[in-house]
Amino acid sequence: MPPKKAAAKPNVSAEELLGHYREMLLIRRFEEKAGQLYGMGLIGGFCHLYIGQEAVVVGLEAAAEEGDKRVTSYRDHGHMLACGMDPKGIMAELTGREGGFSKGKGGSMHMFSKEKHFYGGHGIVAAQVPLGAGLAFSDKYKGNDRVTFTYFGDGAANQGQVYETYNMAELWDLPVVFVIENNQYAMGTSVKRSTKSPSLWERGAAYGIPGEEVDGMNVLAVKEAGERAVAHCRAGKGPYILEVKTYRYRGHSMSDPAKYRTREEVQKMRDERDPIEQIRDMLLTGKHATDDDLKAIDKEIKAIVNEAAEFSKESPEPALEELWTDIYSTEIPQEA
Amino acid sequence: MATEILMPALSPTMEEGTLAKWLVKEGDTVSSGDIMAEIETDKATMEFEAVDEGIIGKILIEEGTEGVKVNTAIAILVEEGEDVPEAGAAPAAEKAEETEEKVPAKAPAAAAPEAPAPDVTPDWDEDVEVKQTTVREALRDAMAEEMRRDEDVFLMGEEVAEYQGAYKISQGLLDEFGAKRVIDTPITEHGFAGIGVGAAFGGLKPIVEFMTFNFAMQAIDHIINSAAKTLYMSGGQMGAPMVFRGPNGAAARVGAQHSQDYAAWYMQIPGLKVVMPYSAADAKGLMKTAIRDPNPVIFLENEILYGKSFDVPVMDDFTIPFGKAKIERAGDDVTIVSFGIGMTYALAAAEKLAEEGINAEVINLRTLRPMDTETILASVRKTNRCVTVEEGWPQGSVGNYISSVIMQDAFDYLDAPVINCSGKDVPMPYAANLEKHALVTADEVVEACKQVTYR
Repeated sequence: MPPKKAAAKPNVSAEELLGHYREMLLIRRFEEKAGQLYGMGLIGGFCHLYIGQEAVVVGLEAAAEEGDKRVTSYRDHGHMLACGMDPKGIMAELTGREGGFSKGKGGSMHMFSKEKHFYGGHGIVAAQVPLGAGLAFSDKYKGNDRVTFTYFGDGAANQGQVYETYNMAELWDLPVVFVIENNQYAMGTSVKRSTKSPSLWERGAAYGIPGEEVDGMNVLAVKEAGERAVAHCRAGKGPYILEVKTYRYRGHSMSDPAKYRTREEVQKMRDERDPIEQIRDMLLTGKHATDDDLKAIDKEIKAIVNEAAEFSKESPEPALEELWTDIYSTEIPQEA
Repeated sequence: MATEILMPALSPTMEEGTLAKWLVKEGDTVSSGDIMAEIETDKATMEFEAVDEGIIGKILIEEGTEGVKVNTAIAILVEEGEDVPEAGAAPAAEKAEETEEKVPAKAPAAAAPEAPAPDVTPDWDEDVEVKQTTVREALRDAMAEEMRRDEDVFLMGEEVAEYQGAYKISQGLLDEFGAKRVIDTPITEHGFAGIGVGAAFGGLKPIVEFMTFNFAMQAIDHIINSAAKTLYMSGGQMGAPMVFRGPNGAAARVGAQHSQDYAAWYMQIPGLKVVMPYSAADAKGLMKTAIRDPNPVIFLENEILYGKSFDVPVMDDFTIPFGKAKIERAGDDVTIVSFGIGMTYALAAAEKLAEEGINAEVINLRTLRPMDTETILASVRKTNRCVTVEEGWPQGSVGNYISSVIMQDAFDYLDAPVINCSGKDVPMPYAANLEKHALVTADEVVEACKQVTYR
């Protein structure tokens, strides 16, 4: 990926740019806070941070409409924030408290929201791919024009079930956007070391699925590609693949020393390609916002994140009776 | 305001670590993301990044210090122009509270009163007309009735539509319901099981047919991790109302990879319901209940039973509740507990035993999860003896579980150890004579019953 600056497009309003800035910043600050709480022992187990990849989900959410669905892997905090789930409920789930989205029973990797059409939060690499196609199947079956965004990583892209799903999704014209978040490392294995085919989206061609590569550090480019993909799906033409080239700054999880790449590589990405800095530049050079405007947003986001962190500490641990609830349902869950 | 930088937990199991190296010194300015130190955890050497902006006012723990407990203050961060406070004067470290609470050992609902009377109401009233029906037809009729009743129910699987079902269970369904609701899939169990679960998350009620349950091993991740656990993981927000069905266990002469009984496997999973019908009436009444159940249901059929005929009541809406065993034959001398095709051995054995004056009570469990242990216990309290029968392997079998329930809840009533009759502890051989011996036999059940009755 050569470094390139996102050019402000005339059709992008200041309001829209500020919106992207705010949402990406929320994810970054939230994740930094999560890292901090992990260090303090308030968050346990696995915790996979989204820092560096913010433009992917913010750009695609900008292309989504009400009622569209989304499903992703265990690196899911950014997706939940971007689709409008309450940061307090997310952080409280990370700390395993009653106020969390899953009442503390899911954890960092397993959260859901019927209201926001967010279907998890899945811990088995690539399992969310057929699940996403199944969600799209349900919309097609019901005869509406909703679309499902199914996110997975470059690591998941080598799982067999992805290709089983590609085949059926195209065979049945399912309205699903397969979003490959290629952050270049599957845990510690770089894409170069796991596959000889240089582009992951092109594999869709074997099944007749169109797709494209997208600059995932540029939120406007992601949104534009997302709109093409969504239009394809809504028109009943079946699935579409977006291979979004992105980068995670932090380790695979909190306990990853990240020895498989150099500090310089990470720093270069941060200095030259950072998705938030790109928008910040655009806002300032385009005179859409002043330094003070952005400082005000920073302050506002910091307050939201601090409030979430406070809530996540104050919310009580789930009652012990919760151990025994939600194993079986007594009624058919209804669509929100 | 000065803040303490605390020794971080950098792995799920880290309690203390070595502060290997400081990469900043007192007076340095740091901002979010800067690497401040290298810390050795129980697993690896990790870089420790700054979260807040500020100036390193004081380093409290020298590099090279081993055994630094998580949440110990290791440095003090100050703002521009601020004095460094004394160690310990900065805001106290926040710590996750350690609390030890007593965890209830059982679901509150499981705290049942002593020896409740089992439900012995018959499946249908005596005056209802019955019709001889094969298990195959009963399953088809159940699915058709439920598909007429609910638009959201659909059937997917290999050869279920145009081929009319590999075992003809879905015969006629494509004609009646069309290709939208009776869907042929490619041979891709892992993928279509996952799509089925996703469709259930999306509000539909899929019936996923596995041509046989042997092939469901390819899909077991979605059955367990995606279907069974989501209700719990979502705090009750969403789950998978669906049925996974197909023939299970040995057919005849199809070898090791096509002849496995999965009853004990699925029975172990919280979040699943597990059904293993014996008769056509069981098959019909339980399938209708399975389709209506808001949870993922494993429905274990049997190829050899498909062609067998039984009385099925002629009713508009015949259902059998889960968790209700059926006493197929009453007796006082010994309790034989079985399910699915195991019932054929159990009933054949009971016939032979009757000729020798031993009256066996034969219980058809029908559902393994929930399991009607009350009916088993009530019977054992009467007969004081129990033999279990299944085709599956002996180690970790359904019978093993039943034995443990009886030991815990009816130990004083037992006059003999419980015997588990099962398939032999070998992969299924192909040769006809070996296959016969690999499965449980009625003679073995007779022998076991004689042993526990000391005859």
